[in-house]
Amino acid sequence: MTFRKRTRIFNIMIAVFVGLSAIMFILPTVLTIANSFMTSNEISANYGAMIGNMTDSKKVFISENVNLKFIPDKATLSQYKNVLFKNPEYLFKFWNSIILTVPITVFQLAVAILTSYGFSRYNNKFKNLIFFAYIILMLMPYQVTLVPNYLVAKNFNLLDTRWSIILPGIFSPFSVFLLTKVMRRIPISYVEAAKLDGANEWQIMTQIYLPMCKSAVISVGMLVFIDYWNMVEQPMILITDPDAVSALHPLSVFLSQINSGDIGLAFAVGTVYMIPTILMFLYGEDYLVEGITAGGIKG
Amino acid sequence: MKKKSRNQCGRRGEKIFSNICIVPSVAGVLIFFLIPFGIVVYYSLISNPVTKEFVQLDNYKDIIHNTAFRKATANTAFFSVIAVPLSVIIPLWLAVLLERNIPCKSIFRTFFLSPLMTPTASVVLVWQVIFHNHGTVNQVIEKFGGTHVDWLSSKYGIYVIILMFLWKNTGYNMILFMSAIGGIPKDILEVAELEGASKAYQFFHIKLRYLSPTILFVLILSLISSFKIFREIYLLVGNYPIDRLYMLQHFMNNTFEKLNYQKLSTAAVLFSLVMIVIIAILLTAEHFFGKDVEN
Repeated sequence: MTFRKRTRIFNIMIAVFVGLSAIMFILPTVLTIANSFMTSNEISANYGAMIGNMTDSKKVFISENVNLKFIPDKATLSQYKNVLFKNPEYLFKFWNSIILTVPITVFQLAVAILTSYGFSRYNNKFKNLIFFAYIILMLMPYQVTLVPNYLVAKNFNLLDTRWSIILPGIFSPFSVFLLTKVMRRIPISYVEAAKLDGANEWQIMTQIYLPMCKSAVISVGMLVFIDYWNMVEQPMILITDPDAVSALHPLSVFLSQINSGDIGLAFAVGTVYMIPTILMFLYGEDYLVEGITAGGIKG
Repeated sequence: MKKKSRNQCGRRGEKIFSNICIVPSVAGVLIFFLIPFGIVVYYSLISNPVTKEFVQLDNYKDIIHNTAFRKATANTAFFSVIAVPLSVIIPLWLAVLLERNIPCKSIFRTFFLSPLMTPTASVVLVWQVIFHNHGTVNQVIEKFGGTHVDWLSSKYGIYVIILMFLWKNTGYNMILFMSAIGGIPKDILEVAELEGASKAYQFFHIKLRYLSPTILFVLILSLISSFKIFREIYLLVGNYPIDRLYMLQHFMNNTFEKLNYQKLSTAAVLFSLVMIVIIAILLTAEHFFGKDVEN
């Protein structure tokens, strides 16, 4: 009895500890959303010191300290009005992000499903060698792969166009790696059973492999989407012409430039930018967890 | 065994189909990554793109003596050596804690995963508020009578970045460990319990052994993301940060802007050689533990 009681108390202590650390993890997200509802006066009163060198009438309010604040004194939607109605450029950049990220995610997944099916059926030495090359390529940081990407874009006259980012993105080997790992664990007996029923390879892929790794496909898709949704390096290097920059750069690059200007606006834009990923989380968290798990277990 | 039976039950046409499946991807990878990488290697061996004089390893000698490159390499190595092991240990520890019978598990899990959904730039903004010279952390320090630290522009900047890295990657790695812990055969642990093995013994001698493939997998994933940290550093402190935060990726980016192909290609080739060695070591280690990344 006492032993049980002791473990229960111990468990509660651990729950409190883990809970506190969990709250630390979600804090920046909550903070971004909460602060987006502040008026610009409140923002400059609290965060004024960060924009101290701006020559602006707001300077009067500035206190020396930067105060972290959770609950706005007076909740307002004025920042959102700014983002959505007064400055159409933000929505325009948001659209730029979508038009870059969605095709990359969709086509990378399509290519990856096909490829990992190829890798998980009928292995031979040559294929294993190619797969090893994929692993190495996947582990290369952007700064290494960007040099080849830049050369290709330059030769094909793709610089300063969306294609310079989309095309290499489609063939990025990350999702091939994860999906191959998952597909290789599908028992061969399923395939044999399907073959006895007269299924051909295409049917095996679309009607057995695909449904069986549905959650892995969704979770890989989410990870790819999140990665490219936050892209910074590729646009900075592949789209540099001033006209192309203003026409094509996604919001992720632009967001950092607002940071140094109007902080209140930056919080609101950040929150708007979070909407797609939050929706994905609400609908797909279980898939995400299941998919991460499927890719991770040994074998 | 599995592989063999797979090979044997195939007919010719099916083998060809599975080969055709990888053709689009292989073609794309060749065009966008491998062939241009060959060109990069070629560039690293010539004096300049105009005269195309073959200079053997001169570019490599130059870059190894380049102070900016050395500094960047040292900083990047320092970051990875600290951040990558921590992003294995902390999630593993949390996963072990969450294995217990505690309330609100799934809410905690969501919280730990939430850094994935927040845009990097917004997070950086919050981070700037917290670690600003007159920001939250310094206010707390001053309240307790300490002297404040200019976090982002002092030698402590790198630790802020490490913290940010851990914040971002812990949730994902934790889930990997949680599922791996769930997969450890219960009967073995029960036998150990009956024979009086301590919790510590159970963890280090039984659980860790079953977890070793996952640990290596997480190690590899963390290594990849540790090289993506440039994004955060760039958003936090820009293109020319203080010395301690000057990473290899800064070096590459700044060389890019000057369009110095030789320097850039040489750095890229060196970088990838080091990566290949590290990966080879990790994969050998994984093979040594009986399972490997390639199944």
